[in-house]
Amino acid sequence: MTSMTLVRRIRARPGIVFTALTTAEGIANWWGPDAGPVLMSECDARVGGRFRLRFRMLDGTEHETSGEYLEVVSPTRVVMTWEWTFGGEPDERGHVSLIEIDLRPIDIGTELTFTHAQLQTKISAEHHEWGWSGALDKLLIYLSARQDAATTL
Amino acid sequence: MVKYHDGLLNRTFGALVDETRRKMLARLEREGGVSVSELAEPFAITLPGVMKHLDVLERAGLISRKKLGRTVTVQLRANPLKDALEWLRRYERFWSPRLDKLTVYAEREERKASKSR
Repeated sequence: MTSMTLVRRIRARPGIVFTALTTAEGIANWWGPDAGPVLMSECDARVGGRFRLRFRMLDGTEHETSGEYLEVVSPTRVVMTWEWTFGGEPDERGHVSLIEIDLRPIDIGTELTFTHAQLQTKISAEHHEWGWSGALDKLLIYLSARQDAATTL
Repeated sequence: MVKYHDGLLNRTFGALVDETRRKMLARLEREGGVSVSELAEPFAITLPGVMKHLDVLERAGLISRKKLGRTVTVQLRANPLKDALEWLRRYERFWSPRLDKLTVYAEREERKASKSR
């Protein structure tokens, strides 16, 4: 099991970011990795409530995820479980992981810390799509950036 | 299809959190085979200290040691690191564009909210 953390500094107050993260309408506006449509966005952001998101990628594949809200503290913190219910990462299928989002007010607006934890650490060799050359440099840059963000590996 | 062993991946990440070990790996990537004493030179640590770092790296499958006469040469083994990096990048690739879009959306909402105030 391991985790990854990403940090974003956003020019918007925590309340606005929180709404974008915890309402079906908000999520539909940013969810999806490419220009493909969000097909369904359901979201009951209270402890014990659930979310469900279905989206189509530009390559035509459809994916669906769902989970349960474990902590909802407006406008500073959301914790929820995460699992693929259709499509998604083959290695993560049938596995429940954890997402933690913290929002901290800063001078320009909000610092968002996003952690996806309890991820499977299985790797299938078929996923390797690029060569070794220069990979270490990229890893060093990656790790030092993550160190700044106080990341746990 | 080869399923990667969980324990080895954890050892790979464990080995990489230490800055001295990352510097050693970076040098091995640049120079190929390096002797243990050459590898120890830039660091203010004892030879047993260096050996400990090399043990950790070897257990993580990141290096191999070869004895040639009286000299031990250290070499980088690329695969575990490539796997670890690829694994991390898959999740980064998944979330990073989404958080970027969230940022753009939230900033637009903020501008709207500020105007109508």
